[in-house]
Amino acid sequence: MLELITFSTLNGLLYGMLLFMMASGLTLIFSMMGVLNFAHASFYMLGAYFGFEISRRIGFWPGFVVAPLLVGAVGALVERYGLRRVHRYGHVAELLFTFGLAFVLEELVNMFWGKLPVDYRVPPSLDFVAFRLFDTTYPAYRMFMLLVAVAMFAFLIAVLTRSRVGLIIQAALTHPDMVAMLGHNVPRIFMLVFGVGAALAGLAGVIAGPALVTQPSMAALLGPILFVVIVVGGLGSLAGAFVASLLIGLVQTFAVAINVSLADVVGAEAAARLGDLGTVTVAQIAPVIPYLLLVLVLIFRPKGLMGTRET
Amino acid sequence: MRSLVIAASLALGAAAAFGASLAQADNLKIGYIDPLSGGGASVGEVGLKHFQFLADEINAKGGVNGQQIEIVPFDGKTNPQESLIQAQKAIDQGIRFITQGNGSSVAGALLDFVAKYNDRNPGKEVLYFNYAAVDPVLTNDKCSFWHFRWDANSDIKMAALTNFLKQRPAVKKIYLINQDYSFGQSVRTQARAMLKEKRPDIEIVGDELHPLLKITDFSPYIAKIKASGADTVITGNWGQDIALLLKAAADAGLQTDFYTYYAGGAGGPTAIKQTGLSDRVFDIVEGNANDAPASAQKTEQEFRDKYGVTLWYPRAVNEMRMFAKAANEAKSNDPKAVAAKLEDMKVEGFDGGEIVMRKDDHQLFQDMFVRSFGPLKPGQKFDEEKTGWGWTTQGRVAGKDTLLPTTCKMERP
Repeated sequence: MLELITFSTLNGLLYGMLLFMMASGLTLIFSMMGVLNFAHASFYMLGAYFGFEISRRIGFWPGFVVAPLLVGAVGALVERYGLRRVHRYGHVAELLFTFGLAFVLEELVNMFWGKLPVDYRVPPSLDFVAFRLFDTTYPAYRMFMLLVAVAMFAFLIAVLTRSRVGLIIQAALTHPDMVAMLGHNVPRIFMLVFGVGAALAGLAGVIAGPALVTQPSMAALLGPILFVVIVVGGLGSLAGAFVASLLIGLVQTFAVAINVSLADVVGAEAAARLGDLGTVTVAQIAPVIPYLLLVLVLIFRPKGLMGTRET
Repeated sequence: MRSLVIAASLALGAAAAFGASLAQADNLKIGYIDPLSGGGASVGEVGLKHFQFLADEINAKGGVNGQQIEIVPFDGKTNPQESLIQAQKAIDQGIRFITQGNGSSVAGALLDFVAKYNDRNPGKEVLYFNYAAVDPVLTNDKCSFWHFRWDANSDIKMAALTNFLKQRPAVKKIYLINQDYSFGQSVRTQARAMLKEKRPDIEIVGDELHPLLKITDFSPYIAKIKASGADTVITGNWGQDIALLLKAAADAGLQTDFYTYYAGGAGGPTAIKQTGLSDRVFDIVEGNANDAPASAQKTEQEFRDKYGVTLWYPRAVNEMRMFAKAANEAKSNDPKAVAAKLEDMKVEGFDGGEIVMRKDDHQLFQDMFVRSFGPLKPGQKFDEEKTGWGWTTQGRVAGKDTLLPTTCKMERP
């Protein structure tokens, strides 16, 4: 039991941190520009594929550095030449733009790398067992993922609260017009934020690619859950996104481990009246739980856990 | 004037389209409806290559009754609704043979759809060839004259696997993990029933259903298997669900035997090698290239040379060859005539042994092989995914020993 709890916690934290790497960019972009970026998970996918392509040619580590930068550049270009033009037609147009972009990116990846999963491997330098606990091994690569995610979180917090750029970004979050009046180039800040957000998602892709699967559907698999994270965490709140990511990571992982069904709680006879619903175990509905959370949060606390404004 | 121009160009366009369809009408088209995107794409894409390869093979020998076979791909997205739309699209193009394999939920929907369509459109019947959807119900309660299945159904496979388990007394605690849809559920039910009968001493320590093709990280499930103390895992998972399950097992150092239906699929062999479970991961298939007859090995080599992937589906070879034979013997490419010839057809299977398409339920019976995956043994030619590991036959069940009774009451036109 202790073994299950330990490893579920580790797995949940890791999944949560991975979610956070993407959600942080998404929530920054949303709170600043008001754009719900449907293509955000696509940048994650691009990161994985760029990482794969570079690691295949020169090695994992160059890919680890270069791929997120490339994705960031793609993101900045998308903002500069796509979103900014669409911006003047309002939020719905922007939403539709990113929605379409997600499909275009997926199709492009299909064309370049095919629909089959690519063989993106863990680098040999990290391909060993980090520790062994209760006879279960934990791969070093997963520890590395966790470290990268934590480092990125620390870096982000430091930039946002301690640097000049961070202060301007924070100001632009709430008072974009005032910031522009003060002589700052708000469109450029937007481009920067979009680029950095994309780069963070790209970084998540680079490190998640070898551990999970690198395939064109990876964006579609992870995309919806990101929206859950930013809504539950509260729009515009980085801390909220962090808490929500970990919460969802842990909830999903632990739910898988729980074999309790309604029948076990209220008794088989009472549960039988509910039909199949009575005998379904928590483990079976694990994938739906985050969305249930989304619905409940929207009903009872539209601000999200730590948000400052209504959704 | 303007409307005249539009009308004229429309008419021209229609004529051109009509001309094009006339030109292509010379080909005998087979609609291939399987996932070409999403989580099932990794298997759907390779399946498509099989059929294109087999069509080329038949075409090189002059085709079927003088017609060349053309495989037309449709993306069913492992989704029943989507697949029905694609089937309708295929029929609208004049296609009268469709083939599909991935997803018994899809197969069930297609089977219904084809049966109803044929009822309403006598003389324009459509025939449905199933090469991989193995839910037993398709050739039992839901059986249809218009459906033929070349893969052994899930019960037959489970019977072979559990027979094999009888000889392995070391197996004491089994964990079942399957995909949450009709096929996965039938695997778990049959596994429970057959184990109870053949190995009552075995304890089932876990019985898991997870969403179909949606999980990207199986670590939580592996932690659970580990905690259960299981020494063996039985799973019907396919596509990325088996590859990722094995990958997560490798990461956590899970040391159990695996009895699978589809560990040979994309990514599976690579993941098995990572687990280091040498000859402890088994699968159940209708052929093993490493000890197949010379003719099958030659085809395997040609297929690998051409596409760089393994020929996963010997049953697809049987399907297309039997189809061509039936049509040629019937001297007609009409689905009804072909169906009549396929019934009770007996031929030599691709991997040896006689194979029979049973008339009662349109289920093919063939020799089945239990294989294990490990380092290539001396004399073995084929490894998988460049791992240096390959499949070794551990047990062979003759086709006649896999005969299970059917509840099918076939309605014939």
